[in-house]
Amino acid sequence: MTPPRVLRAGERDVLVEFASLTETVGVRAALDRAPIPGVTDAASGARTVMLHFDPALTTRAAVEAAALALEPGPELAAADAAAVEIPVVYDGDDLADTAALLGLTADELIAAHTGRTWVCAFGGFAPGFGYLVSAAPSLEVPRLATPRTRVPAGAVGLAGEFSGIYPRESPGGWRLIGRTAAAMWDLARNPPALLSAGTRVRFTRVAPS
Amino acid sequence: MSALEVTAVGLFATVQDQGRRGFLDQGVGTAGAADRASAALATRLVANAAGAALVEALFGGLAVRARGAIAVAVTGAYCPLTVTTAAGRVRHAAMYELIDLADGDELRIGAPSAGVRTYLAVRGGVDLPPVLGSRSYDTLAGIGPAPLSVGDRLPVGTATDGYPVVDAVAPPWGAGSGAGGEAPGVVLDGFLGPRDDWFAPEALALLRTGVFTVTPASDRVGVRLEGPAPLDRAIADELPSEPMALGSLQVPAAGHPIIFLADHPVTGGYPVIAVLSDAAIDRAAQLAPGQRVRFRLR
Repeated sequence: MTPPRVLRAGERDVLVEFASLTETVGVRAALDRAPIPGVTDAASGARTVMLHFDPALTTRAAVEAAALALEPGPELAAADAAAVEIPVVYDGDDLADTAALLGLTADELIAAHTGRTWVCAFGGFAPGFGYLVSAAPSLEVPRLATPRTRVPAGAVGLAGEFSGIYPRESPGGWRLIGRTAAAMWDLARNPPALLSAGTRVRFTRVAPS
Repeated sequence: MSALEVTAVGLFATVQDQGRRGFLDQGVGTAGAADRASAALATRLVANAAGAALVEALFGGLAVRARGAIAVAVTGAYCPLTVTTAAGRVRHAAMYELIDLADGDELRIGAPSAGVRTYLAVRGGVDLPPVLGSRSYDTLAGIGPAPLSVGDRLPVGTATDGYPVVDAVAPPWGAGSGAGGEAPGVVLDGFLGPRDDWFAPEALALLRTGVFTVTPASDRVGVRLEGPAPLDRAIADELPSEPMALGSLQVPAAGHPIIFLADHPVTGGYPVIAVLSDAAIDRAAQLAPGQRVRFRLR
């Protein structure tokens, strides 16, 4: 693996940048298994992990050294691990256009979306929104040129190298291919988010009810 | 059980504590008091435990009536305070001091002469039910005790830590410091990076020397600034979404920076040119629209 870049983000945060999403997901899983002393919170991005540390417990130098020593686990490749199943009705407004962008039919896009294991790389945007990636050949499409002002809760979309599910109604620029009734965010549940970094996901096709 | 009854709310008031930890991967940020130093001073005055919840009022205008004998303290943005007893007698009270309220006393917080966020701590803490381990309201995620409305009852808890040992403290920043747009403005310390290499040398020079103005679109998510010119990029690529630190100076496409405060998004897709020091983050949380700021970056 290419050594990560360690970047300063103020007095209490270290941003660690990796060469690939695969390494980022793998390192994040390794970090959850063996936390760095004094690091009180961590967040992931597409190529980065942010380590938030308490200067009363550790030093920036110690956190940076520990970050450079992180070895990624095999998370993205381990397709046989248990996955959360998310039933999807594939009738999104952008299904046909998105398939065409990828040179596929709608059925081929649905087969590609359901036929792979996705891994939640990181959360963000809204409570319960997970950025899902896959080791299988990419379904990479650009965001919509003009975001929608209203995307319904449960909408399943594609954008960039990611797939994602809108946990609640919000504006959004992802290409919508379907919808799910699964609750992505429920404060009465522990944890409230169905997906968080490292969660594995399989989409299944269901008929509209 | 003693309580504070909300009898007036200015623009916006919320309950806050030291924030929520451990939910970043579920898309939920830290929230908590925007000016942590002022909140900590109020907490210290009433001798509460560090994690006790208090009220953060934007642009003053808050009034509460005590139900039971309650000790409170007010810090942060400078506001005139009055206490009206149940019998109608009015007395003045001061910020940064311990204030004893008798049953029926109403404390009124006026409009700030400097700063924007005022903190009201009550001995024992505001004891509304925590959500995901915190009593902070996160305006971006919509999580935590709802913003205050007139008629709300704030139960007083038991989150004390010993007894008050001081009855007044020195304010953390001067009442007149940088207010009203006077030159040269408020100086905010910070550190370049993590993405300063995404910007043109002229942008870095402008950030070090330019005077930036706080715009009215500022809130708990961030202080939105307008600079003398856009901060131009050296790398025009789209930044893969990455985690954002509190105090980040994120630069969106238009080139005018935002200082991320307590309710900032967990991840963002625009580069962060610099991150403020801890002390500067608290100072930034007190900036009013129209104020001018400069950056002193290492």
